[in-house]
Amino acid sequence: MTKLDAKIPEGSLAEKWTKYRSSVPLVNPANKRSLEIVIVGSGLAGASAAASLAELGYKVKVFCFQDSPRRAHSIAAQGGINAAKNYQNDGDSVYRLFYDTIKGGDYRAREANVHRLAEVSGNIIDQCVAQGVPFAREYGGLLSNRSFGGTQVQRTFYAAGQTGQQLLLGAYSSLQRQVGMGNVKMYTRHEMLDVVTIDGKARGIIARDSVTGALERHFGHAVLLCTGGYGNVFYLSTNAMGSNVTAAWKAHKKGAFFANPCYTQIHPTCIPVSGDHQSKLTLMSESLRNDGRIWVPKKQNDTRKANEIPEDERDYYLERRYPAFGNLVPRDIASRAAKERCDAGYGVGASKMAVYLDYAAAIVRYGKGEANKNNMHNPSDEEIQAMGKAVVKEKYGNLFDMYKQITGEDPYEVPMRIYPAVHYTMGGLWVDYNLMTTVPGLYALGEANFSDHGANRLGASALMQGLADGYFVIPYTIGNYLASEIRTPAMSTDSEDFVAAEKAVRDRLETLMNIKGSKPVDYFHKRLGKIMWDECGMARSEKGLKASIKEIQALQKEFWSDVKIPGEIDNLNPELEKAGRVADFLELGELMCIDALDRNESCGGHFRTEYQTEDGEALRDDENYAYVAAWEYEKQSKFKLHKEELKYENIKIAQRSYK
Amino acid sequence: MEGHLNLTLKIWRQKNASVAGKFETYQVSGISTDMSFLEMIDVLNNRLIEEGDDPVAFDHDCREGICGMCSMYINGRPHGPNRGVTTCQLHMRSFQDGETITVEPWRASAFPVIKDLVVNRSAFDRIIAAGGFVSVNTGNAQDANNLPIPKEDADDAFAAAACIGCGACVAACKNASAMLFTSAKISQLALLPQGKVEAAKRAEAMVAQMDEEGFGACSNTGACEAECPKGISLENIARMNREYFSATFSSK
Repeated sequence: MTKLDAKIPEGSLAEKWTKYRSSVPLVNPANKRSLEIVIVGSGLAGASAAASLAELGYKVKVFCFQDSPRRAHSIAAQGGINAAKNYQNDGDSVYRLFYDTIKGGDYRAREANVHRLAEVSGNIIDQCVAQGVPFAREYGGLLSNRSFGGTQVQRTFYAAGQTGQQLLLGAYSSLQRQVGMGNVKMYTRHEMLDVVTIDGKARGIIARDSVTGALERHFGHAVLLCTGGYGNVFYLSTNAMGSNVTAAWKAHKKGAFFANPCYTQIHPTCIPVSGDHQSKLTLMSESLRNDGRIWVPKKQNDTRKANEIPEDERDYYLERRYPAFGNLVPRDIASRAAKERCDAGYGVGASKMAVYLDYAAAIVRYGKGEANKNNMHNPSDEEIQAMGKAVVKEKYGNLFDMYKQITGEDPYEVPMRIYPAVHYTMGGLWVDYNLMTTVPGLYALGEANFSDHGANRLGASALMQGLADGYFVIPYTIGNYLASEIRTPAMSTDSEDFVAAEKAVRDRLETLMNIKGSKPVDYFHKRLGKIMWDECGMARSEKGLKASIKEIQALQKEFWSDVKIPGEIDNLNPELEKAGRVADFLELGELMCIDALDRNESCGGHFRTEYQTEDGEALRDDENYAYVAAWEYEKQSKFKLHKEELKYENIKIAQRSYK
Repeated sequence: MEGHLNLTLKIWRQKNASVAGKFETYQVSGISTDMSFLEMIDVLNNRLIEEGDDPVAFDHDCREGICGMCSMYINGRPHGPNRGVTTCQLHMRSFQDGETITVEPWRASAFPVIKDLVVNRSAFDRIIAAGGFVSVNTGNAQDANNLPIPKEDADDAFAAAACIGCGACVAACKNASAMLFTSAKISQLALLPQGKVEAAKRAEAMVAQMDEEGFGACSNTGACEAECPKGISLENIARMNREYFSATFSSK
């Protein structure tokens, strides 16, 4: 059995990263120019890594499946990015951000990585501001902050409800600058379909040009996967339609261990499903829980309209159950609480699978505040409403517009209906402190790795992690590997290994095209999604998981004998692209269920119905499950478990309480 | 909820860049008014696949109005009939039962068709690569709050930065001009002290690249602003012109 070595530096927690940076081997500038790096994915992690590594002098190639690197799904992140700046003087610190993240992750993340994340968080804000990212500001010209779930300080920086967009465009502009200077070669509309390993090391990739269908071989001294999460295994999620697990899954099959696949984040505030035609779900930012109050009627099956239900007949269940954090409990807790109310018959809307997120009180509160600021002594209700709505519009306008666009209802007048939806995957490729997977030379950054969020990610931490990995971690840690590669010349892509890898990819594409079955790809994807949502979603059980594994295996067989892919192999063919991704999701889904079944406890986003406290909270088992489950691919449907014990030397592990 | 539509779709079909395209007519029925426009196309495509036809190729990704990838020219307007909305956020409740809907790709020589409704917008990336950035390497930054920026300037910069790079402005323009797109980035960075240092060089480089890509000139019709799903203002073009003229004046 291989022993997983996380390669955590010696020394006290607060000194590990500083010492590491001062002692990690360096690559001199002349050698950097002859070292090539392949980066797959152009979101926050990929774009920031590409720009930073190219600035250092490495030769970088970047691949993305979209038509431009600016489309990567980081663009859709709404609420904000955390940083331990303590600009608000409200008691924040690197340690507190570290602590909140470990606790928020339900004590299933690695201490050293999380502390490093908190340490570099402030540098990210500095870097982004220097690039011209227009964060929200106060009238004094300084940066504005707001709160997010699972914290009691205001450390979230934001740009209206478009923070991800602005951060990504910042990273994208840095990337394009390097493209313009010739230091990065950009390959858009290219999908990575395999990792090429030579003598056990990652040495490149096979990519398909989506426009021509041509397969290409690309060499790199190192390969970085910055390919995001795999939430689309559920079919419906807040991810973009193209978000997929293929790059990570191919790496997994080439020897990279997959860690904690079952840790999925179900986000509490999304627009509910409206019908069978639904192709994706839309998030309403967690920042809305700053000011919005969540409630359901106190009466079961109440059919009255929201505004007709009097105050004392409303159950603000989060404020009732969790008075200390109220509407700002972490996502896993808020999601389960919504499900609990709906399952008990208190849900609202046509489907009864929704709860209200209400801005009426916030509008009045802000309206009165504005009246005071403007020295209005007897404002009318209309004036208060108008001024309050103006404040809400400035803070959340784009989100309110989006809600109205999708539902046809005006959230300034009636409460929004929301329900949890799959949003983020904490699991991913196992990486050590250097962000290297179990395949030498193969790295995973951002959501594609598993390392920082444990079993539940706190809001506004994904952007922080993606940019930390790309701007401030990989530029140092990659030197640790590349310093020993300076004598390796660029390799020919005509070698046996490259040719064989390309042939395997081609064979698989041809096999898919030749099935010529009767059902479109979506048919299988939807069925997989339903199994995953019902049995590996917000609540999981031994019985359900065991049955699901069998069902998924049967679905895999059906897919490979009955999928129907139209069009041609050597032309733009979105169905062929989708088919390859769904084939990989079908295998990943099975592993997720296997992992959820192995973990006989509840923690964070992983809730096993057999393991809960009397009042329905997650019941962890630190004695037996304080480990990272890293799965090795052996063969079809056969995975071997490796455990990385999690040691908490700085934080006292405790029952997570937000009461 | 209520209402299902029966529609006639006239969709541009073109196998690839080197062959001529033409409109094909399709009927779809039972379309829920809660569907998005793209979900309606999904319904059509799944039917085409089952019938053994090639589905309609179109660009899309986030389906929440922010990635800028979707790009359909619907009934003669980029992103369809509603203001401030991308195609993915256009819902079928904006259409009437029995309507005929015409769907085309963006049309501009700088955006060549790849297949059906998919066009190549990489010209935009090259315009950004020419100068749409602040030259600051990772690690060079000072503390973020050392540089106070008046809220109005920050807000204006944000409004310009909200551009999603979809290309509707080019598609809407009779000259296929990319002035709104280019000016939004020039404006955003010129409004901020971080971007001021390179403002002149940036304006010249980005405008030169824009011209080289084959986009047309601006004749101030304002169609770009009217059709922009993110409300990018014409003021940005005025600001770009100021930056550009002062740059060319001082450099020559």
